[in-house]
Amino acid sequence: FRQSDNGARTHNLAKLLYVHMLGYPAHFGQMECVRLIASPRYSEKRIGYLGAMMLLDEKQDASLLITNSIKNDLSHSSQHVQSLALCTLACMGSAEMCRDLAPEIERLLGASDSYIKKKAILCAVHIVRKIPELGELYTPLACSLLSEKNHGVLHSAVVLITELCERNPDTLRQFRKTVPELVHIMKGLIMSGYSPEHNVAGISDPFLQVRILRLLRILGRCNDAASDAMNDLLAQVATNTDSSKTAGSAVLYETVLTVMDIRSESGLRVLAVNILGRFLLNNDRNIRYISMTSLQKIVQTDHTAVQRHRGTIVDCLKDQDASVKRRALELSLALVSATNIRTMMKELLVFLSTCPPELRAHTASGIFIAAERYAPSQRWHIDTILHVLITAGGDVRDETVPNLIKLITTASELHCYTVLKLYRALITDISQQSLVQVACWCIGEYGDLLLKGECDDIEPMQLTEDDVLDALETVLQSHMSSPASRAFALTATMKLSTRITNNVDRIRSIVSIYGSCIDVELQQRAVEYNALFKKYDHMRAAVLERMPVIDKSSPGDTLGDLTGEVTKDSSMSKPVPGGSTLPLEPASQAFDLLDLLGQTDTVPEASHAESAAAPDPAGPSTGRDLLDLLGGLETTVVPSVTVYEKGGVSLKLQCDSQTETAVTLTFTACNSTQNDITKFTLQAAVPKSIQLQMKAPSGSVLPAGGHSAITQTVVLSNPSKTNLKMRVRLSYSNQGMVCQDTVQIDSFPSPAWT
Amino acid sequence: MMRFLLLFSRQGKLRLQKWFLPLPEREKKKIIRDMVAMVLARKPRTCNFLHWRDLKIVYKRYASLYFCCGLEEQDNELLALEVLHRYVELLDKYFGNVCELDIIFNFEKAYFILDEFLMGGEIQETSKLSISKSIEASDMLQEVRGSVQAPYQSYQSQAASKKAIT
Repeated sequence: FRQSDNGARTHNLAKLLYVHMLGYPAHFGQMECVRLIASPRYSEKRIGYLGAMMLLDEKQDASLLITNSIKNDLSHSSQHVQSLALCTLACMGSAEMCRDLAPEIERLLGASDSYIKKKAILCAVHIVRKIPELGELYTPLACSLLSEKNHGVLHSAVVLITELCERNPDTLRQFRKTVPELVHIMKGLIMSGYSPEHNVAGISDPFLQVRILRLLRILGRCNDAASDAMNDLLAQVATNTDSSKTAGSAVLYETVLTVMDIRSESGLRVLAVNILGRFLLNNDRNIRYISMTSLQKIVQTDHTAVQRHRGTIVDCLKDQDASVKRRALELSLALVSATNIRTMMKELLVFLSTCPPELRAHTASGIFIAAERYAPSQRWHIDTILHVLITAGGDVRDETVPNLIKLITTASELHCYTVLKLYRALITDISQQSLVQVACWCIGEYGDLLLKGECDDIEPMQLTEDDVLDALETVLQSHMSSPASRAFALTATMKLSTRITNNVDRIRSIVSIYGSCIDVELQQRAVEYNALFKKYDHMRAAVLERMPVIDKSSPGDTLGDLTGEVTKDSSMSKPVPGGSTLPLEPASQAFDLLDLLGQTDTVPEASHAESAAAPDPAGPSTGRDLLDLLGGLETTVVPSVTVYEKGGVSLKLQCDSQTETAVTLTFTACNSTQNDITKFTLQAAVPKSIQLQMKAPSGSVLPAGGHSAITQTVVLSNPSKTNLKMRVRLSYSNQGMVCQDTVQIDSFPSPAWT
Repeated sequence: MMRFLLLFSRQGKLRLQKWFLPLPEREKKKIIRDMVAMVLARKPRTCNFLHWRDLKIVYKRYASLYFCCGLEEQDNELLALEVLHRYVELLDKYFGNVCELDIIFNFEKAYFILDEFLMGGEIQETSKLSISKSIEASDMLQEVRGSVQAPYQSYQSQAASKKAIT
């Protein structure tokens, strides 16, 4: 580059660009680009501008240096030089450059040459994208551009108008009056005869047609008058366009999208859905993919129309192509309803066994959600979940295990059936961890039913206690079992010690072996169980009693899963309360006694105290849940007091338990208005001598109509036994308005002290 | 609008890259890597559309070259296939039965043709004839200007060689 040999400069830069394309650094060529652009010769300018487009972008400082060159070239006599400048500006123009050169572009928009005009318009599009305020500069000209004959200019003009309308709703209103003109142009395109210049596979200028349809879509959205004006045209396009080639299909596709988006009449919508249905039957995979994507968008609004095509969609599940399969899966999941649940589930389960691994997790969770919503019977529900676990147990989410366990406990009449099925599944295959975990838990719980061996719905199996223990031992010893599964199995073995009569010694020996296991969790359990055998034998029966039915509305249940995992995570034993990050309002009122106490991350002492007595009954993730329930079972019923009631939101206070120096309170918030309340948080402050600990709330959304409530536990520790006072601040968002209120609680319901 | 257009061979070598949105070098390299990996992994008779991050990717294979472009949410994928086809037709007309070697050795011409067809991520001109005419005109301009300078050039090189000898 240092040599200024004229002929070679362009070649050198070209070589540099090629090198750059191969991936090597080429930043030293930037100044050369600037120099070449400034050169008077066309060939050098051309390469210089190309280099600028490839090597410079708005972050480079050198790009500012070419602004002046571009400015000069924009007024050059040769239109090719002008076009080079315009092209470069449109490709890599930064905001400053655009601002400087905007008036130049405006001047060029009025040029008579269509070659330059179309480029100037696209440059204007780029400028509007970079700096939306400059759109006003180009709006008046844009309208007049629609009357051009040249397709290139027309196309660019439509793009400019689309861009302006998307950025600014006022401009949108202004351009609505161009709808008749656009309709006229479209009609001209469709009706016109063969034009060799613009014809693509029998469609006259599909690029322009699609662009106009897109603009019509934006103009007709939420506006009845404009939509009426286009109804006719859209019907015409939909019926007359030949869709045997891609060009025609592209136009039809755009028409369908437009029809769906504007306020079209129902006949037109039906026509559109039928077009999509026709696409679904097309042999071309691309078209099938497109139609499924569009159907996905409209399945919420036009559910019945899409249901008609359910058969074809389900067939697409068996297609070879992974993209098509994915689309078909999503659409099928959206189409599941109470009426077709059984058939759809069959298809989905077949799909699960054959689908590619990346879609498995999605399919499994989709099946669970659908089963949850539309299960016709509990037995069917359990069967389905079992089937999924057997086929794809490795890909399901972790919450499935506790959810399934909860489901099983609620279906008390099916315990026998379930446990037999699970046992059978377990002895066939112990590689699917979630299945193993559920099976172990059930065998532990319902081992006596298993040994009875009789059940109505399923063929009976005669099992001895040894068989059952063998199965559990296999799980314990297999190298395929995860530590969690081993823990499940060990606990199940322990539970069986109360359920079976003959082989208690065998159980004792199994359990004592694991007393010296490397895995700390297992070792701890084994030691505790050993202790149960030795010292607390009299308590064994009571401790290992059958689990109570798990309350479905406890925090961290399936509903929480569906609405959002955040709720679930926060309600697990992490005691980080929701309101701790927001500061309390400054002490405008004279409440010096009350101050904001920092919330710490200490593990809840209350639940720990309870856990020492009873060993962890199930896997670690469910343990805490059930533990809280066990703790909860011990409380006596205490009346709850309403401490706050305003605007449909009510807050009740209930005293859960009380010791010498600590009291546990539960706040329950309820919403009786018509709207859902979101971002509900509670903050509390107490006198300095009392310590406050707030647990995580069960959620932050209060659904309307008082269907479910948010609960939050608060532990107060009062070693000096002062008068208990508390100030609670609620804040929530109702229909977009943020509300805050404070309430002082001076009297607590008995048995708290006053 | 189209965010980028990439051409690469079956072995994953990049032959043309056009970016319609400013991106840092690193990001560009990452996108190229991702595109090449994704598109080359596709089986022969599968759908031409992919989903990547928030963009729709449309690709088409012509002989040994893959043409790949990234579109935004609003764009029509079937139309993008037509755009790619139109570009190939333009290249074909210009080079006469275009093959990958033509694009390798005349990459700057491929860029010039692309710049006449697309600008700022949108189509500039929908008529093939019009684009071909304007490319011919610019080539003429380049040649004419070039030939004017040629005697001067050769005089200079003669002078230089004379100097070297003496």
